[in-house]
Amino acid sequence: MSRLGKYTRRAFLGLGVAAAGGLAVGFYFYKKPYANPLDAKKAEGEAPLNPYVMIANDNTITIIAPRAEMGQGVHTTLAALVAEELEVPLEHVIVEHGPSSPAYFNAAMLEESTPFPFYDESVLAELARGSMKIVATFLGLNITGGSSSTTDAFVKMREAGYAAKFVLVKAAAEHFGTSEDNLALADGTVTDKASGQSVTYGELASRAAVVSPPGETKLKKASDWKILGKTQKRVELKDKVTGGRIFGIDVQLPNMLYSTVRMAPRKGVSLRSYDKTATLAIPGVKDVVEIRTITGEGLGVIAENTWAAFKGAEALEIKWDDPHSFQNSDQMWSALEDALTQEATFELGGTGSDAEVFTSIPESEAVSAQYRLPFLAHATMEPMNATAQHDGSKIRVWTGTQAPGLIQSVISRHFDMDSADIDIATTRLGGGFGRRLEVDFALYASVIAKATAPNPVKVTWTREEDTQHDAYRPMAIGEFKGQVTPDGTLKTMDMHVASPSIIQSVMPRTFPGISPIGPDNTVLDGAFNQPLDVENIRCKAHVADLQVPVGFWRSVGNSVNGFFHESFIDEAAHKAGRDPLEFRLAHLTSDEFRPAREALKRVAEMSGWVTPLPAGKGRGIAHVLSFGTWTAQVVQVDVKDNTVTIEEVWAVADPGIVLDPGMFRDQIMSGINFGLSQALGQEITWAEGEVEQANFDTFDAMRMYQAPRITIELLENSPRMGGAGEPGTPPSTPALANAIFAATGKRIRQMPLSNEIDFI
Amino acid sequence: MYPKIPLTVNGQKQEIEADPEMPLLWALRDIMDIKGTKFGCGIAACGACTVLIDGEAVRSCSQPVGEVEGEITTIEGISQGDELHAVQLAWMKHSVPQCGYCQSGQIMAAVALLEENPTPTDEDISRAMTNLCRCGTYPKIKAALKDAAQTLGA
Ligand code: FES
Ligand code: FES
Repeated sequence: MSRLGKYTRRAFLGLGVAAAGGLAVGFYFYKKPYANPLDAKKAEGEAPLNPYVMIANDNTITIIAPRAEMGQGVHTTLAALVAEELEVPLEHVIVEHGPSSPAYFNAAMLEESTPFPFYDESVLAELARGSMKIVATFLGLNITGGSSSTTDAFVKMREAGYAAKFVLVKAAAEHFGTSEDNLALADGTVTDKASGQSVTYGELASRAAVVSPPGETKLKKASDWKILGKTQKRVELKDKVTGGRIFGIDVQLPNMLYSTVRMAPRKGVSLRSYDKTATLAIPGVKDVVEIRTITGEGLGVIAENTWAAFKGAEALEIKWDDPHSFQNSDQMWSALEDALTQEATFELGGTGSDAEVFTSIPESEAVSAQYRLPFLAHATMEPMNATAQHDGSKIRVWTGTQAPGLIQSVISRHFDMDSADIDIATTRLGGGFGRRLEVDFALYASVIAKATAPNPVKVTWTREEDTQHDAYRPMAIGEFKGQVTPDGTLKTMDMHVASPSIIQSVMPRTFPGISPIGPDNTVLDGAFNQPLDVENIRCKAHVADLQVPVGFWRSVGNSVNGFFHESFIDEAAHKAGRDPLEFRLAHLTSDEFRPAREALKRVAEMSGWVTPLPAGKGRGIAHVLSFGTWTAQVVQVDVKDNTVTIEEVWAVADPGIVLDPGMFRDQIMSGINFGLSQALGQEITWAEGEVEQANFDTFDAMRMYQAPRITIELLENSPRMGGAGEPGTPPSTPALANAIFAATGKRIRQMPLSNEIDFI
Repeated sequence: MYPKIPLTVNGQKQEIEADPEMPLLWALRDIMDIKGTKFGCGIAACGACTVLIDGEAVRSCSQPVGEVEGEITTIEGISQGDELHAVQLAWMKHSVPQCGYCQSGQIMAAVALLEENPTPTDEDISRAMTNLCRCGTYPKIKAALKDAAQTLGA
């Protein structure tokens, strides 16, 4: 809890500002010197109490939840944090994403980007986390990713609710001429207990304007929570069952044109020449424009409707200049194999110090394995799209994004404009999974909008364009070696991971000019920072640039290394002749690994781990700590005629504090199915410089008939708060591969598993 | 320059001017400004664009608008004003949607299934509900669908 403590000691600085017909108490947090972005946005009669709360005099209460709602329920949970302290029911508030502003920076995400394991409380780790937080403030990163939103908001949003309540109560005391103790708060109204008279928050607005904000906060005890800790109804639920116009693709503006893009196969490939005759001959096509940007080159087709744009794009004849030496997947695999033979790029974590140990494992005690994972596309359900408009000196963009601040800075740099003149409106997202942390779709829309100015243009990618122009989950090879002593102890574990670096790929397209410092721990996430009591551990990264854009894919490095690590532990258990659960528990004896032990034991109980299964069935187990959440899973399969049915999954997750159990379980369920989808056939491969897969016929995901029964339980043993969106994914694939091994004796060490065994 | 195409959408007769080859999906979204029907793949592989034509589920991305015969119902057309369809209510009760993008299509496919088979088994559901959900909400879709079947049957 030490980190959270830092926030509560933080003082408020108050500035009272009267607004027309309402209340504006603009106050912002010490050490966060950003102007309140709502001051510029407020309408007549609205009073921004702070960057997160706005109360109108008709008692409409608006809470700003400045994170991308992409299905994880973050708008609901963030609003609940404010509503809890403000004493209003969630049904009575309106939740908005709010403008892109550095005031909404996400420090927790960068904090976890440091090369220290989550459970490492050493001074060095604390220092590194602290300095990454300063970087986040400096860059004004308003980012949704790394399952960090609720961790980041846990104190910040509750403080905002408290602070708003504080000034309202003071104003009410004055209004009734009584003391604060005689007031009762409920439902957005304050009641004078003596007279029984009530006044709404909205009516108190102007009076509260002259009240000084609190010097310190007294947040409610968890035992007094009315909203938090309980399952809430999603604030946008009705929109999502009625076909609501809530996504980027639904944006409709007066005089709007439609467009799509045909981009070069990857960044670095340039547009040499093209023939647009056939395109312009298609009825409804208006123009073809060149796109040359930091994320890629290509063409945009402008038309009267999306379908004409699609047809026009298909009819384009384009020649590219491709300088890349790697044209196909075989070359890329060779490069990774090569990297493994080279000196490691960096090393993280590790125990024991004698390098000799790793090279002198007796043959009879050695266990070794090589695992391979392919590139993966995000395949969000809503294809990439953005709507943009140039009106003279300003650019407006409407899009579903996880990083409005990045889009703002990249567009301002592209046009050499002040970022204050770039306005980003964030819609709801039809899936994010990390894909919408990229800026390409919004940048291309802004370039095309220059050609359609002053008219706005909506740019929708085809599914094919989306699949073939992603920032992919990196492909990787894991070379793992261990020593199992005759008494069945894993004494040594030597991990080598060859993979491209996500940070090295992302930084030049989003933060040109800032060079990433230190190791990119995403290469080893899920390997170097796992709970494991083994005498000698070594974890080395062999970074290789494969000339393919790579990016953040749900659970990032953990999706790679979780598979390597947990498959390997299973192999070691087999070598030791021990039960995989019992073997894991025997190597998790340290005090700080208690959450892992408890999660494993509980998931074993739930799944009936000790009861034998009939022939042809098997169970596999795995545990991965990622994004601060300890997650154990058991997968059960049935294998008939060499065809696997994934029957059932049991999961136990421990994020320390659960703010909304229903939403949290939904995220774990989603993460499991997202992870298992990989096994069923997903891979992105390259041939002649292009991605071979294009649509859902060649890059599919799990369907209803393949979906397992899933049972999830949550624990709260962890001393810190963890995320929800990603931790469900990493253990699912190794648990599945381990289950197939248990059922068949066949060990599959590559993804998709479907390359070696059929799935229904 | 485009021919006039008569259509009945959600009970309303109308005439649009469009290339008859344009998929119904884009005629709905771009020409008629009916946005509940979503685009996912364009090749009839995901179901995000599912509408009903005379009560049958059709993937509108692969249905030329000029060849539509029958009455079209989109997600906007299954509720009566503020009164939602039993399937929509079940979806809310079970909190099915995550990102929500696939759910118009899922709900339309479910409505069509229950029309044809009011008491579907698990297997019937798995066979009929082939729409993709990248958020993996399948267990909840199944639970909500059975719940809706009960409500409608009662
Ligand atoms: S958009 Fe029609 S089936 Fe995918
Ligand atoms: S709810 Fe997101 S794709 Fe189904």
